[in-house]
Amino acid sequence: MGIELIKPDTKIDFMGKRKIAASISISLILIGIVSIIVKGGVKYGIDFAGGINIQVKFKHDIKVAKIKNALKETGLKGLRIQRFGQSSLHQYLLRAPVLGEQPEILKSQVSDALKKLGVPFEIQRLEMVGPKVGSELKNKALEALFYAVLLISIYISGRFEQKWGTAAIMAIALSLGVYVLKLIHMPISILILAAILITLGLSWYLRLNYALGAVVALIHDVTITVGMFSLLNREFDLTVVAGLLTIIGYSLNDTIVIFDRIRENLRSPKKKMSFFEIINLSINQTLSRTLLTSGTTLLVVAAMLALGGGVIFNFALSLFIGIIVGTYSSIYIASSILLGIGPTPDKEPKPSAQHA
Amino acid sequence: MSRNFKLRVIIASLVLGLGFIFALPSFISKDAWISKILPDKRVKLGLDLQGGINLILGVDMDKAISNALEQIGEDIKAEARKKGVIIIRPREIGNNRLSFYLLEADKARIIDDIIKRYFNSQVEVVQIQDINGIRKKYLLKLKPEYEKKLKEMTIDQVLKVIRNRIDQFGVVEPDIRKLENYRIQVQLPGIEDAQRAINIIKKTAHLEFKLVDDNVTMQDINSGKIPVDDEVLYLYRKRPDGSFIKEPIVVKREAVLTGRYITDASVAFDQFNQPYVTLSFNRQGARIFERITGENVNKRLAIILDNKVYSAPVIREKISGGRASITGRFSLNEAHDLAIVLRAGSLPAPVKILHESSVGPSLGEQSIRQGLTSMLVGAALVFIFTIIYYGIGGLIVDTLLIFNLILVIAVLAGFGATLTMPGIAGLILLIGTAVDASVLIFERIREEIRRGLGPQKAVEEGFARSTLTIVDANLTTILAAIILYQFGTGPVRGFAVTLSIGTFASMFTAIYVSKIFFALWLKRVKQGAKFNL
Repeated sequence: MGIELIKPDTKIDFMGKRKIAASISISLILIGIVSIIVKGGVKYGIDFAGGINIQVKFKHDIKVAKIKNALKETGLKGLRIQRFGQSSLHQYLLRAPVLGEQPEILKSQVSDALKKLGVPFEIQRLEMVGPKVGSELKNKALEALFYAVLLISIYISGRFEQKWGTAAIMAIALSLGVYVLKLIHMPISILILAAILITLGLSWYLRLNYALGAVVALIHDVTITVGMFSLLNREFDLTVVAGLLTIIGYSLNDTIVIFDRIRENLRSPKKKMSFFEIINLSINQTLSRTLLTSGTTLLVVAAMLALGGGVIFNFALSLFIGIIVGTYSSIYIASSILLGIGPTPDKEPKPSAQHA
Repeated sequence: MSRNFKLRVIIASLVLGLGFIFALPSFISKDAWISKILPDKRVKLGLDLQGGINLILGVDMDKAISNALEQIGEDIKAEARKKGVIIIRPREIGNNRLSFYLLEADKARIIDDIIKRYFNSQVEVVQIQDINGIRKKYLLKLKPEYEKKLKEMTIDQVLKVIRNRIDQFGVVEPDIRKLENYRIQVQLPGIEDAQRAINIIKKTAHLEFKLVDDNVTMQDINSGKIPVDDEVLYLYRKRPDGSFIKEPIVVKREAVLTGRYITDASVAFDQFNQPYVTLSFNRQGARIFERITGENVNKRLAIILDNKVYSAPVIREKISGGRASITGRFSLNEAHDLAIVLRAGSLPAPVKILHESSVGPSLGEQSIRQGLTSMLVGAALVFIFTIIYYGIGGLIVDTLLIFNLILVIAVLAGFGATLTMPGIAGLILLIGTAVDASVLIFERIREEIRRGLGPQKAVEEGFARSTLTIVDANLTTILAAIILYQFGTGPVRGFAVTLSIGTFASMFTAIYVSKIFFALWLKRVKQGAKFNL
């Protein structure tokens, strides 16, 4: 026997609250940015920053200070020790930012020092990343984000607007812009920023309003997730980048469903409504689906967060934050932007383009 | 039943049947009787799940170039000596430059001729400097094309040697491959003692025999008064407590014999049951060894591995037969590993570990357990949620979800893809997101029913109107997955793979397979059952 969480005649005035939503979003973004600035940048994990991670599992619980004391003689600089994963497993993560002359002997050094604690233990995992590989991985991850922005911008402008010609112009303009910037050896983070700005500018100039709304929502989601990570003192590693890319795909997915409905309702000749009303109607019509899908996804991600262990904790956390923010942004942010600039002018509504 | 429907049932059963057959072996033991008739393919576990080490090694190309230049310097010197011209101090002086001095400046033409005739393809002269009009100082470097060739040769040689060593060490299914920028990736699954494996891989194992210069005293060493052709090396003696004493030994710079001539190395035991390593030389090596020992009776011969003196025994008599031994208070493992690296040959250049990640088997098991637990809990929550929400429809969603997982596992197994911890995370995430396609369809059907359509029509409309949205929405996920795969490293790639396979599978089950369930349901509705979604 099915139930309906959202009654069919639900008429929540989402767009009426867009100013409240905007202020919430702006504060969240600001809080994140301030946190990043105060903490002196994003905290990178070992994959990006380089260094050494040793995960140790003890037979029973032991005080962090005791471990620290035991490891003093190894002379590891900047050693940090923290509990890791579920507390019942008595796991600890030892981290050092720089490698000594001979990282290979570090493991046996650490192991010898820990033996003196007299508690049975096991070195479960060791990860050593040289500084060069670290910066390469960081560049690669940024490059991945860059191409994600690039491809998705092109895809959205083609897909949302059914204007693949315009999308092609966009693709060429983007590639040209980036090519020029690459010629003058701009760092990849500048390239990402440039790609985003070019996309926003072009969407504005070419009147690709749906695309503009979607891209703003994506930037919103990624910025807030990164900011929250900084606020929660979590590290940014490769799995988090994977999480961010997944969030981008996910949030876009939500936005596409709502925007499709808006366009469908706009074409429907029966409804004589203002754009404001149409957006509200469309969000309400898709609300059940939005909440249901986000609900099931959040359920599994929460299970992952609680039970999945330390290895994928950061990944699960990025998804958890990203899905909440992404769902909220496709309802409030993407649609608000669209409301602000109006629908993309439809020259010739094609009946064939009508779908959910 | 229309023909269309029958075809749909056949295709769906075929795909799911195949999926089941390919997924099953991953869940049952290899020894079960049924495994014999099932495909012999199972999901491969990544290093993070089964334990093992993953290394990225950088080859020290500067050292390789420097070695090559030193060798060329020696060759030029030898060639010049044949023509009665004396060259001294051929050395690589850093910055990948070879320098040597010609003692009689007026013989420069002969040297130029030698370089042009024999070494033209390898080196070019950078500079020739007159010193007081008597001597000439030559500065040479490798030609760019030869340098490139040398690097290629070096990396191939390193790869070969490391493969050889790992094979002899005995690792099941090692994966050793070349990466960009003269790097090598080594993956060793299921290794217990990571440190030992790393030591074997890393050891340059450059074996040299050099004559000891006993004319130099301790005072000379301390004051740095050492003949030009000599060098100071150290002998490390292990104390009973495990620490080492460093003892300087002055040897002739030029090696009389190197590890190049070794054909075999193995572990043997002396009368105190102390292990040592015996070496056998090939014919040429044996001849050299015989001549050197014969010419230097009562002198000491240092046995040097990677610039560390292992021992420096006195030569009692001429040794023929081409056998030598290395002693040095080894543990059995150390002796065994030393024999391996000597047999497998030396690395042409030192390697450096740029990235290491080693995972113990217990962590792998723990990760799998945690992954499966969260998957089961997540799935249970989603099942309850969907059944409460959609009733019988929820059962359809959940059945499709199980099909989905089976298909993903089947594809992973069938294509020999690797499942990593992020891959498991992808599977878990999939349980949540795969519902989406069905939800889109169901919500649309509900809407059509509310608009007053009958069940049959509502289902048709619902499918028709949501299909494109489903494809579109999922395309973004696939885009993200492709980018992740392109730029990610091992474990993250596993996530991208499961994510994209899962997305395709969920589209297939939600759009194609679920229509069958609805058709069956609608048939019962015609017979009077209620259609309640």
